[in-house]
Amino acid sequence: MLEVADLTVRFGGITALDGVGFSVARGEMVGLIGPNGAGKTTLFNCLTRRYDADEGTAGYEDIDLLRAAPHAIAALGIARTFQNLGLFPALSVRDNVLVGAHHQGRAGFLGAGLWLPNVRREEARLRAAADAVLDRLELTKVADHPAAGLPFGTLKRVELARALAVEPRLLLLDEPVNGLSSGEVEEFAALVREIRQDLDITVVVVEHHMGFVMSICDRVVCLDFGRKIAEGSPDEVQRDPAVIEAYLGTAA
Amino acid sequence: MTESTKQAAPVADAAPATGRRDVRALLQERWQWLAAAALVAAVCFAPFQLVPFRVFQLTMVLVYAVALLGLNLLVGHAGQISLGHGAFFAVGAYTSAILLHDHGLPHLVTLPFAAALAFVLGLGLGVPALRLRGLYLALVTLAIAIFLVPLIKRFESVTGGAMGLTLEKPVPPAWTGLAEDQWLYFLALAVTALAFASVYGLLRSRVGRALHAIRDNEAAAEVMGVKLSFYKTLAFAWSAMLAGVAGCVYTWTIAFVAPDSFTVTLSITLLAGLVVGGLGSMAGPVLGGLFVVYVPSLSQDINKGAPGVVFGLLIIVVMLVAPTGLAGLAGRAARSTRKVLQKERRNA
Ligand SMILES: Nc1ncnc2c1ncn2[C@@H]1O[C@H](COP(=O)(O)OP(=O)(O)O)[C@@H](O)[C@H]1O
Ligand SMILES: [Mg+2]
Repeated sequence: MLEVADLTVRFGGITALDGVGFSVARGEMVGLIGPNGAGKTTLFNCLTRRYDADEGTAGYEDIDLLRAAPHAIAALGIARTFQNLGLFPALSVRDNVLVGAHHQGRAGFLGAGLWLPNVRREEARLRAAADAVLDRLELTKVADHPAAGLPFGTLKRVELARALAVEPRLLLLDEPVNGLSSGEVEEFAALVREIRQDLDITVVVVEHHMGFVMSICDRVVCLDFGRKIAEGSPDEVQRDPAVIEAYLGTAA
Repeated sequence: MTESTKQAAPVADAAPATGRRDVRALLQERWQWLAAAALVAAVCFAPFQLVPFRVFQLTMVLVYAVALLGLNLLVGHAGQISLGHGAFFAVGAYTSAILLHDHGLPHLVTLPFAAALAFVLGLGLGVPALRLRGLYLALVTLAIAIFLVPLIKRFESVTGGAMGLTLEKPVPPAWTGLAEDQWLYFLALAVTALAFASVYGLLRSRVGRALHAIRDNEAAAEVMGVKLSFYKTLAFAWSAMLAGVAGCVYTWTIAFVAPDSFTVTLSITLLAGLVVGGLGSMAGPVLGGLFVVYVPSLSQDINKGAPGVVFGLLIIVVMLVAPTGLAGLAGRAARSTRKVLQKERRNA
């Protein structure tokens, strides 16, 4: 489903990604780990066309992802969450989720300005779908509340809800449980597992929380200083000396 | 209770209550509709109760409300900035004036031309505006407003130069039985109602959400599939179009256009009026229109020498008391009233 090869991204003197390559099969759940600054977020930013790659390729279902327009990513069936929350603070939770469904609508300025019946039908359809997502993530109670001011754990769920509203085939999660309590982490893991089963979504998740990664990922890729240093089953990677070294190195 | 009221107020009906409680419950559930109905009634009766000058003032409130509605779409909803909206207002005003003066078109027929020209110019200027943000966008739009006055003066043969153009006001059809000022008021009211309805429809669709998303977080909006260049350019164009429509109705109302009515001061007054009225709310443009029309005339009464000073001071006061503008203040008042009402209801 996703084939990344030789991906290199440089910022001035820093090489954030250095010839990274890996692939993700359809239906798989892959963990992406590595110390801070390893280049994990940069990789997501490349795949969603926030950053341009200097070298390398990224294929997605036979499409050259690196040549897609940034706004066309959602329509290709790719959704993501952001490490430091990328919500729309002034919008209600429901509207945040509805923005995720943007690419499924057709309404334009003129049609909406003239209150055309097909715009109203489309709106009803999008709202019903958004309400189903809100319901599934237990967000119905806060649906009309502005995103700003809600607890952090709830906002993380809102971001997941918005990503699901895209109806993605590939979901990229950037540190989804960072900052959550251990109870919340377990809930989130259960939620992700359930969603994956029900919706047949392929997931790549960046996370430092090893318990979370080990419990839900089929495979793990470890980056350090922009290079891939290990890849394999969660157990293998956890025992890999290079991985232990990378994490100890930053801890020391 | 008759069948029809039962259908209209199922919630109120559900509450087991006496007649008096029924009325109060109805008031609480339906207060928005009642307020709207009262407003519509007041707005329709006002021109029959007021002297022509007061009706003229109200018509000007509507003109500014439409201009601010357009500016609000760009600034309040899409999060962009324009210090040059007076220019689009002027384009609408002059388009209508020239068509009336040189071609003798009926007043209403000039409206689509004014709207279309302002839209096209807005579209044209929206493209460079894509590359700019914040202060740079403010400066470029300001430059447009600055250029406009000398430009109008330069094309004297069409625009009448510094002397301007004097025109006829629309004549009320005999069947209406309305006076000139009343007819104008209702024309402006119809345009205003249509403009607000249209923007309301736009905002509650995916278009409105896309604009809000761009305002709140551009990068996230783009990842969710919002094509930034498309929405920003069209927000600019629609915003300009509404300012042009307002300018057109302005020409009908004043029956005179001259370049000095459209200086940079107009652009800045529009932006100030919008911020005072309340960015990003539907009521903001109306409240801003009231502010822009009535405050200068009131301050003239307070201090003949310097109405500008009073106007400026009042802007500062409103911003200190209500940073979200008059609409935010009104919203807060409505919420606390509702809370008091609800408490009373629980105690009852
Ligand atoms: N926009 C940017 N400009 C400059 N440097 C950046 C930018 N984004 C990321 N980097 C750098 O790239 C490296 C990798 O960062 P990042 O991908 O955020 O790491 P991770 O998500 O693994 O913690 C870091 O050294 C970071 O400073
Ligand atoms: Mg990161």
